[in-house]
Amino acid sequence: MPQVTLTVNGKQHSVAVEGRTLLVELLREKLRLTGTHVGCDTSQCGACVVHINGESVKSCTTLAVMCEGAQVTTIEGLAAADGTLHPMQEAFREYHALQCGFCTPGMVLSAIDLVQKHPEGLTEREIREGLEGNLCRCTGYHNIVKAIAAAADVMHGKRDTIAAAAE
Amino acid sequence: MYDFAYHKPASVADAVKLLAADPDAKLVSGGHTLLPALKHRLNKPSSLIDLSGIADLKGIKKVGNSIVIGALTRHVEVATSDVVTAAIPALAYMASHIGDVQVRNRGTIGGSVSNNDPAADYPGAVLGLGATIHTSKRKIAADDFFQGMFTTALEADEILTAIEFPIPEKAGYAKMKNPASRYVMAGAFVSKGPMGVRVVINGAGPGVFRQSAMETALAASWAPGAVAGIKQDADGLNSDIHGSAEYRAHLVGVMAKRAVIAAG
Ligand SMILES: Cc1cc2nc3c(=O)[nH]c(=O)nc-3n(C[C@H](O)[C@H](O)[C@H](O)COP(=O)(O)OP(=O)(O)OC[C@H]3O[C@@H](n4cnc5c(N)ncnc54)[C@H](O)[C@@H]3O)c2cc1C
Ligand code: FES
Ligand code: FES
Repeated sequence: MPQVTLTVNGKQHSVAVEGRTLLVELLREKLRLTGTHVGCDTSQCGACVVHINGESVKSCTTLAVMCEGAQVTTIEGLAAADGTLHPMQEAFREYHALQCGFCTPGMVLSAIDLVQKHPEGLTEREIREGLEGNLCRCTGYHNIVKAIAAAADVMHGKRDTIAAAAE
Repeated sequence: MYDFAYHKPASVADAVKLLAADPDAKLVSGGHTLLPALKHRLNKPSSLIDLSGIADLKGIKKVGNSIVIGALTRHVEVATSDVVTAAIPALAYMASHIGDVQVRNRGTIGGSVSNNDPAADYPGAVLGLGATIHTSKRKIAADDFFQGMFTTALEADEILTAIEFPIPEKAGYAKMKNPASRYVMAGAFVSKGPMGVRVVINGAGPGVFRQSAMETALAASWAPGAVAGIKQDADGLNSDIHGSAEYRAHLVGVMAKRAVIAAG
């Protein structure tokens, strides 16, 4: 069996996998990090999005063996050690950007990548286009878009807290 | 997915050796076409040969009057490349409209062009700019490379290594995308430059094709009005749940006009 060594949320793991093991299977079934979801079998819904070396990627369409040496971040790796939420998580909570929460881990990881790639700021349209790879069956997207705009302000230092942005 | 052996060669020569030794092996680059197909058990390769460790296949450079893009270059890299944006903005625009962010973060130019999906974007740009495909064996003109639905001139043990795009005077691209997948329903890539005047239609038929009546009209007068009156024959175009052949034939005219407007 192939062996893959990768860092997930700052911790190194060396895991025996099959050639066909998907990254999402490694995360959920081997490492028991079940925050990353699987919502489709057509690579379209984005519930499985994680970061590989800082970039958002669909973990259902990535082989585990292709992640040798990679730095992976999942939804479990975003909050600080003391439990303080990442500004994007805080914004999703503050703006009611989730209902059932199934799409949320992927939405949050995609949104963080989007904000990090646009230090100049994002228009509403850019946020909506940036979410083309993430489907939500519940919210209608409006509050997700608002949450991301607020988190962007905090992540880029334009406001101190999500609560301030919400006013 | 059925299981398979996994190889990660460090050079094109090693990859070719592995491929030649096993007729049931498959290459994998970004995996964003191959892995969805394997998940549905549409294919049962004995082994996957992962090209992602081959440094020679990566990167974008300007060589003389051409832009050369390595096979492993991802869509996001073409979309955001200063070199591509300065020389062929229509190509960067096209790459920035493939699928979604996450697809563009993994999918590669080599995988897309080798696959030649009739609904894919890249074949339109490759034929529409009269590019040259470099392989592990030879160089192939785009006019000879695309041979209809999912078929190319690549041989079983041949690897696409790079694509060389001559820099045009003008080029433009427009597509009507499927709202769910963002694959092309009908698209047009137009250009004028060292490879002549080209109007290439993707998405509408079983493969990319040159629209010669529109090419003649644009060669005589480069203006959106020149293509607007030309009717595309619906015979032989695709008809499926997303749209009839007649609808696609109509879209061809609309997209060609928009592409000329985009080219300026
Ligand atoms: C949800 C979704 C939406 C998408 N939307 C679009 C879209 O709007 N437009 C579009 O054009 N595409 C779209 N795609 C496809 C995407 O662009 C793919 O990434 C691309 O078509 C294939 O590139 P890849 O690197 O992923 O190839 P892979 O999946 O790795 O390989 C594809 C095929 O090419 C072969 N191959 C790979 N590399 C080489 C090489 N160097 N030489 C020879 N053969 C090779 C493989 O053996 C395989 O048969 C979408 C995909 C998904 C999952
Ligand atoms: S599970 Fe739907 S895109 Fe990955
Ligand atoms: S909150 Fe239910 S799918 Fe998005």
